Amino acid sequence: MNNLMSGNEAIARGAYEAGVTVAAGYPGTPSTEILENIIQYPGIKAQWSPNEKVALEVGLGAAIAGARALVTMKHVGVNVAADPLFTAAYTGIRGGLVLISADDPGMHSSQNEQDNRYYGKFAKIPVLEPSDSQEAKDFVALGMNISEEFDTPVMLRITTRIAHSQTLVQVSEPIQPVKFDYQKDAQKYVMMPAYARARHLVLEERLKDLADYADTSPCNKIVWGDKSVGVITSGLAYQYVREALPHVSVLKLGIVNPLPAKLIHEFAAQVGTLYIVEELEPFIEEQVQVYGIACQGKYLFSRIGELSAQAIKAAIEPEPTADTLKALCVSPDVPARPPVLCPGCPHRGVFYTLNQLKLVVSGDIGCYTLGSLPPLHAMDTCVCMGYSIGGALGMEKADASMARRMVAVIGDSTFFHSGLTGLLDVVYNHGTITTLILDNRITAMTGQQENPATGKDLMGNPAPAVDLEALVRAIGVQRVQVVNPFDLADLKTVIQTELAALEPSVIIVRHPCVFVDPASPKPPVVVNEACTGCKSCMKLGCPSLIYSDGKVEVDPTLCNGCNLCIKVCRFGAINSTGKEAGN
Amino acid sequence: MDKLTSLLLVGVGGQGTILAARILSQVALLQGLDVKMSEVHGMAQRGGSVVTHVKFGPHVYSPLVERGEADYVVAFEKLEALRWAEYLKPDGTLVVNEQAIYPMPVITGSAVYPQDILARLGQQQIRLVTCDAANLASVCGNRKAANVVLMGILAKQTDIPLATWQTAIEQKVPSRFLDLNQQAFLAGYALPACV
Repeated sequence: MNNLMSGNEAIARGAYEAGVTVAAGYPGTPSTEILENIIQYPGIKAQWSPNEKVALEVGLGAAIAGARALVTMKHVGVNVAADPLFTAAYTGIRGGLVLISADDPGMHSSQNEQDNRYYGKFAKIPVLEPSDSQEAKDFVALGMNISEEFDTPVMLRITTRIAHSQTLVQVSEPIQPVKFDYQKDAQKYVMMPAYARARHLVLEERLKDLADYADTSPCNKIVWGDKSVGVITSGLAYQYVREALPHVSVLKLGIVNPLPAKLIHEFAAQVGTLYIVEELEPFIEEQVQVYGIACQGKYLFSRIGELSAQAIKAAIEPEPTADTLKALCVSPDVPARPPVLCPGCPHRGVFYTLNQLKLVVSGDIGCYTLGSLPPLHAMDTCVCMGYSIGGALGMEKADASMARRMVAVIGDSTFFHSGLTGLLDVVYNHGTITTLILDNRITAMTGQQENPATGKDLMGNPAPAVDLEALVRAIGVQRVQVVNPFDLADLKTVIQTELAALEPSVIIVRHPCVFVDPASPKPPVVVNEACTGCKSCMKLGCPSLIYSDGKVEVDPTLCNGCNLCIKVCRFGAINSTGKEAGN
Repeated sequence: MDKLTSLLLVGVGGQGTILAARILSQVALLQGLDVKMSEVHGMAQRGGSVVTHVKFGPHVYSPLVERGEADYVVAFEKLEALRWAEYLKPDGTLVVNEQAIYPMPVITGSAVYPQDILARLGQQQIRLVTCDAANLASVCGNRKAANVVLMGILAKQTDIPLATWQTAIEQKVPSRFLDLNQQAFLAGYALPACV
C-alpha cells in the first residue's frame, strides 16, 4: 500500500520494519519528527536524551548489548556527538547502529549549513543518502544490514527537503525485533591505547571491504540516457537533475562514503562531459578529481544554500529566459515577514527588560533567539547550544566590568543540553556573571518536546522532573532567584540586584510556554481613548499590537491576554476585558 | 492528466496551509497520480512567512516548485500573494484571500504594508481570483475554515471533478469538523471561476 510520508515519518517506519528496539535523540529541526513518529510503533523504546552525545552513547550501548538502535539529531548535533562517534567506528557494534544526521542546507532553522557527509570520511564510517521518502525508509534497513555485516556504525544523512517533503512510500511488514546476545569483548570495546591500536587496523581493513561493497551495492545505480553528458549526484540533487536534465545519463549514489571508485571510473569512461552535482560542499567532486577523472562541478554551482533544478539547468544547458517571467516580478518592496515570539510568550517581558536595561546579552539557541530581532533587539551573541554561559564567562575574563552589565540567557532544555558545564565553569573559575534560565517548561522551538524538567518522557509516561533550583545550587551557585516574567517590576529589580552581586547568580525566569497550557488564554486587551500613540507598548514586539493612524490597536484574534502591554503603558490606555488583573 | 501540476500554498504560520495541502495531495492520490508535497517546519512557523509546495502528475521528481513554474498559487494572506506571485507561470492562476496580517517590520513602522496589492497583481499576466475567505468561513460557522474555502475556490479553477475534492475532504478532515468544512468548501466553490 502506498502512503504519503515525510522523510522523517518514513525513517520512523523504516526503523520499525528493520527490527529496531532502541531509539534516542535530541530535538532539532529538521530531525525532530522521526522520534515523534517512532513512538506509534510497538516494541521500540524511544527517548529524548539531554543532548546528542548522550543520545549516541545510549544508541551505542544498546548496539553493543545486541539491539538494533537508531539515533537522531540535526547536523550540528553531530558536532556534540562527535566524540563517541569517532571511537564507535573503532569499537564497532553488535546489533546495528544507524545515526540520522539531518542537515539543513539553506539554514531554514539552523546556525550554520555544515555538510555532514564529511563526518563519514573523518570518522571513517559509511554514509547513506536517500533521495525521497521511500529510500529514507528503505535505507534504515539497508543501514542496519551494512552496520551488522561490516561491524560499524552507519550514518544516514538527510537534508531538510528530504525530512520535510512527503512522497509516496510502499510500506512492508516489520521483521522480528533484532537482539543478539551480549558478549564481553574488552579488546573490542575498551578503547585504551593498546586495544585501540589493534582496532585502528581493523577499521582500515573494514574501509577497504566497504569500498568493495560500494562498487556492487544496489543503492548506487546508473540511469542511462544520452551519453554525451553524464552526471554523478546523490540525495535530493538527484531529483533536481532528473527534472532539469531528463535525457542525460546519471550515476545516482545511495552510498556516498566510501565512494564506489570502480563504478565511477566505469561511468566516467562511457560519458562525454562529466558533471558532479551536489548540494553544499564538493564532497564527491574532490574525490573524483583525486581519481584523475576530468569533471565539472562546484565552479558551476554555489556551495552556499540549496541547489535547484533551475540552477542545474542554467549551468549545464542554459536557455534564454522568457521575458514574461521578468514581467511577473511584482514584488520589489514586499516587507519581510520574519518569525516572531508568539502573543503571550513568556520570553517577551524578559527581552523587553534586557533592552530597557541596555545590557550585553550572551544568548543561546531556542525560540528566545528571536529576542535579538527588532524591536526587542536584546541579544549580542548566539553561537551554539550552551554557548551563552561559557561565552559570558569569557567576556568577563576579557573585561571584568562586563559582568556588571551583562547576562547570559539560556532556555531550560538548552541548559540541560550543555549549559550545566558552563555554569560549573563560572563557579569553579571565580566568575561573577548573572545567568537567566528561561524555564518555559518545554523544549519549545522544535515543537514542544518533553525534557528532564517537564515530568514526562517521550513515550508520554510520567518521569522524574529535575529540581532546577536544587541543581544550580548543587553546582555551587548560592544566589538563586525565581521570578515570573510577567511581573516586569520584580524582574527588573531582581536582574539589577543580581548584576550588582560579586558572585555567580542564577535567575530562573519561570512561566510555561503558551503552547504548554493553550487551554487557558485570557480575554484580549482593549485600547481606550487615553492612547497618545507614544508607541511604548510597541517596544514589546507583540504581533497583536498594531500601530495605525497615530494610535495603537489590538488584534483580538491574536491577543491572548498576557496583559504585558497594560503594564508597559504609562497612560492607562490599555485595559483587560477579563476579570483577571495581570498574570 | 499526463502533465505535471505545480501549486504553492503560501501564508503566515498558523493559517492552516498544512491541512489544505493534505486535502490537495489526497485529491491527486485519488486520481492515481504521483504526488510530492514539501513544507518547512521550525523557526519560520513562529508567525513567519510559510510556503507549502505541492506537485502532482504521472511522475514527480523534484518536490519543489521554482520561480515561474506554478500553475496555481493560493495565498492565504494578501502580502504573501505579492511575495510569491513570481512563482506563477505566465497565465497561471493566483487565488488571494483578502485578509491582511501585518508583519513585524510593518507593526514597528520600519516598513510599509503596500496598499495597492490587488491592483498591482491585477496588472499582471495572470488569472486573479480574490475573496474574503475568513468571512465566507464565518458564515459557515468558523473563521478558521478559511483554508478550506480557499480549496473550494481553487477546485473551481481546475478540471478535477467536484466529487473527488469532496471525497478528499472526507478522508482528511476529522469527522467532528467535516460538516463545517464541506460547507466551507462549497462556499468557495460557488464563487465565480475567474475575473
